[in-house]
Amino acid sequence: MNYGDLFRVTLPETVLEIAALLVLVIDLGLLRKAALKTRAAVAVLLGEVGCGVALLTLQFQAQGGLTYPGSRDVVLAAGGSAAVAQTGLLVLTVLSLFLLIDSTFTRHVGEFVAVTLMAAAGGMLIASAQDLLVIFVGLELLSLGLYILTAFAKQSGKSAEGAMKYYLFGGMSAAFLLFGFSYLYGITGSTNLHRVMLGLYSANAAQAAPLEYLALVMIAAGLGFKVAAVPFHLWAPDAYEGAPAPGAAFIASVSKVASFALLISIGTAAWHVFDGMQGRVTISAEFHAQSGPVYLGFRSAWGELLMVMALVSMVVGNLAALAQTNVRRLLAYSAIAHAGYILLGLAFFSYGPRSGQAILYYVLTYGLTTIGAFGAVAVVERASGNADMDAFLGLSRRNPLLAAVLLVLFLSLAGIPPLVGFWAKFNLFAAVLAVYPAGFGLGLVILALAMSAVSLYYYLQVLKRAYVMPAVDTTALKANPVTLMVLVLIAAGVVALGCFPALLQGWMQSFYAGM
Amino acid sequence: MLAWTIYLSFAGALLEAILPKSKPALARGVALAVALAGLLLAVACFAANTWQTRVVLTDVPWVPWMGIRYTLAADGISIVLVLLTGLAAVAGVLFSWNIDLRTNEFFAFYLALIGGVYGVFLSYDLFLLFVFYEIAIVPKYFLIAIWGSTRREYGAMKLALYSFVGSAMVLIGLLGSYALSGGHSTGLVDLGQANLPVHFQMWAFPLVFVGFGILAGMWPFHTWAPTGHVAAPTAASMLLAGVVMKLGAYGCLRVAMGLFPRGMDPWGFSFIGIGSWRDVFAVLAVIGIVYGALVALVQSDFKFVIGYSSVSHMGFVLLGLMTLNQIGVTGAVLQMFSHGVIAGLLFAIVGRIVYERTHTRDLTELEGMYLGKRMPFAAWAFVIAGVASMGLPGFSGFVAELQVLVGSWYAKPWWTAATGVGIVVGVAYTWRALQKAFFSDRLPRPDEHPKTGWPKFDAITWPEATGVGMLLAASLFVGLYPRILLNVIEPAVRTLLAGGVR
Repeated sequence: MNYGDLFRVTLPETVLEIAALLVLVIDLGLLRKAALKTRAAVAVLLGEVGCGVALLTLQFQAQGGLTYPGSRDVVLAAGGSAAVAQTGLLVLTVLSLFLLIDSTFTRHVGEFVAVTLMAAAGGMLIASAQDLLVIFVGLELLSLGLYILTAFAKQSGKSAEGAMKYYLFGGMSAAFLLFGFSYLYGITGSTNLHRVMLGLYSANAAQAAPLEYLALVMIAAGLGFKVAAVPFHLWAPDAYEGAPAPGAAFIASVSKVASFALLISIGTAAWHVFDGMQGRVTISAEFHAQSGPVYLGFRSAWGELLMVMALVSMVVGNLAALAQTNVRRLLAYSAIAHAGYILLGLAFFSYGPRSGQAILYYVLTYGLTTIGAFGAVAVVERASGNADMDAFLGLSRRNPLLAAVLLVLFLSLAGIPPLVGFWAKFNLFAAVLAVYPAGFGLGLVILALAMSAVSLYYYLQVLKRAYVMPAVDTTALKANPVTLMVLVLIAAGVVALGCFPALLQGWMQSFYAGM
Repeated sequence: MLAWTIYLSFAGALLEAILPKSKPALARGVALAVALAGLLLAVACFAANTWQTRVVLTDVPWVPWMGIRYTLAADGISIVLVLLTGLAAVAGVLFSWNIDLRTNEFFAFYLALIGGVYGVFLSYDLFLLFVFYEIAIVPKYFLIAIWGSTRREYGAMKLALYSFVGSAMVLIGLLGSYALSGGHSTGLVDLGQANLPVHFQMWAFPLVFVGFGILAGMWPFHTWAPTGHVAAPTAASMLLAGVVMKLGAYGCLRVAMGLFPRGMDPWGFSFIGIGSWRDVFAVLAVIGIVYGALVALVQSDFKFVIGYSSVSHMGFVLLGLMTLNQIGVTGAVLQMFSHGVIAGLLFAIVGRIVYERTHTRDLTELEGMYLGKRMPFAAWAFVIAGVASMGLPGFSGFVAELQVLVGSWYAKPWWTAATGVGIVVGVAYTWRALQKAFFSDRLPRPDEHPKTGWPKFDAITWPEATGVGMLLAASLFVGLYPRILLNVIEPAVRTLLAGGVR
């Protein structure tokens, strides 16, 4: 390893950091006297350009990623699912930045964009990290950014409350995670994911399993917090409700993608196959084995942990969402439910790239949809002062285009074909069943489908107000043309990807082909 | 060409969505043109082919990595139901001529629903079929919730959730058969040939049959039907009874019975004469026939009478399917067509012609209105539609129900005997509604008597007369010359019974 290699692998992250600094300098230096609108436009534009350049640099990343000195083990991966996740992260960051354009919650737009970009850089790092320490650094970089973004609406008490809860839970879960990592290091003597798996195999043979279970529970708690899985979900409704719209959209999309990309890395390092109640982890002995990988197997609790989290997240998320009257909290509980579906895919992880692809497909399209949903909610919220369900009354007559966007996005979240949310679900559940088409696999898929029937009810509650019930306020609801255009583009993307699902999948597979 | 019925309907829906709100006449015209074009296409394609074998319309890869293809194909069963959809669509537009509230939106949802229905009947890939099936759910919700009447939000939500639960059950069957067949294809033909394990078919068959059966009004999952029909605007209840319930029955036939034929095998033990899933569903169908008729007998809301009669008539379809013999299943398919036409007609008369003028559907109130004298057109139309619904010879219902009864006699004679009770009660509730609504000899109470003489009702408009004429003609024509449909249904049923979908 030398610094040249490091630079070549972290090129996109570097670009993001430079862009963040540039935004700060220009906003605080050159534009001090300018109107807020101009500053917001310039900051957002610079942020978008930064993400765009980072996207372009992705293809110049060093092949095969960054390795430890004198070893073939990888620290930072490049290409494959890491590249897909990183591209997705950048695109979603671009979209969520657009929501800032006509925001009024802060005068410090430059800082907001800079923090967003830095958090995105953390997310990029997580997506490619194969080393426990790098993972932890990336997670903290992302999380610190998210806490700040949540607290950014300083006039709002809810924003402060949400950020405080988020921060306290986050700090605690980071401690759990680090504790778990330290045990893993203690058991295996390595911080590299693949070496850790190999070490765990030997540790299993040497009867060290109880310690390993403890470590896995700790790690599951830490990562469960990041993806807002029950029972580590308590921060989500408050953070989603309190955070300013672009921040909430960023938390709901970018942070989710990064965390699930990390879980995919872990899953790929340890392919766990569920065999009845025998949670079996199978590892490839050599990641870059020339003669084809050698598979070793041992029992581990990882699959069982994920399965339990998936089950309770699906049930609690969907049932709690039924009782919500605030659309942002509703989206938060629906996010918990969606995390449950995805965790199901992780609990039954396939040998090949099938599961990883299905999960990335799900989380990327979910991120796209949820940014649009938060954008649409933010427009309504601005006009009526709150995001209660009743604020949506008569939306189809107050702003037909916005109502149509909402219709498409919410139906996609509910998983109605031919929208992209349905494909994502089908693909994910088909991947689960391909791994384990009976017993627990089948049972949980059935539960997931039953729960998505429940979810239609609460999505329809919002749409019912928008389309069916009479309007209280019949004045036209004005939306910033740029915001509206972005929202329409997102909705069009959801429809197009739903009608031609092979587009996104083909693009994703082009990355795997080179592996 | 037949595939264009789908595309035309969706294009029409899109066009309606962007039409200016201020021109309801334009929206109506466009909707009628689109629906008519669909019907004409269906008729032309019906006439242009003998439909003795399956005709593949389109077959292109859709999602290559999962083996999902965009396959549209039609056989004798599909084409008959496509014809029915065309008829119901045109009639529905005619009977919603008086919709003034958000007219273009109404027809946008309406045409989207029609497009989804055409899609289900024409798709020959299970996945594609499912996609179209779900597309049809959402417009139903909005049609009822926005333009409906009695407890419309409740009825709409109930219908949407029942449908969605049903489709979730179907999705489980779809995912399971996809996974167990190796995950190479979701084509109906491929899945049918995949030799799915018998133990899987044993649970997938009832699951998928109930999933589709919910929408077909299968007892005891029928309760969405009366409330949904009553809440829906006239055109939507015509479509619900006319084609949407047929989607369910079609799914039972094509998917549940076609893909999982071994699921109807005997269990190996029997309990009070029930020894297989086939017996279970046949008994449920018979209960549905009798129960629907009995409940219809005591309703005071005119539309509830028709709503429950739909449950009863759809019981014939499900019973016909479960006979598993040529004549019974053929009868079931013909009954789908026949009930679609007749139920649409009854709902049109009750919901549009009568209700829009009297503003009540309560039979005791209607009794004191002398409707037989004051609304002769409606009275005549209802008499004819009523006898058609009872199954008088000369109408399509007679041929269809007779075939179902003969088929069930071959299968198990007591099914026919029990069903006979339902038919007798069917005559009773129809006469009761007819007599109460139109030909009551009860004198109006003093408070019902208008002080300034009986007001004149609005004259029957041309769309109403055309719609009634069209549906009556269809029922009468098929009743007098059933061969025209039977000729195409029979070969398709024979193929299906010979070994599932091949």
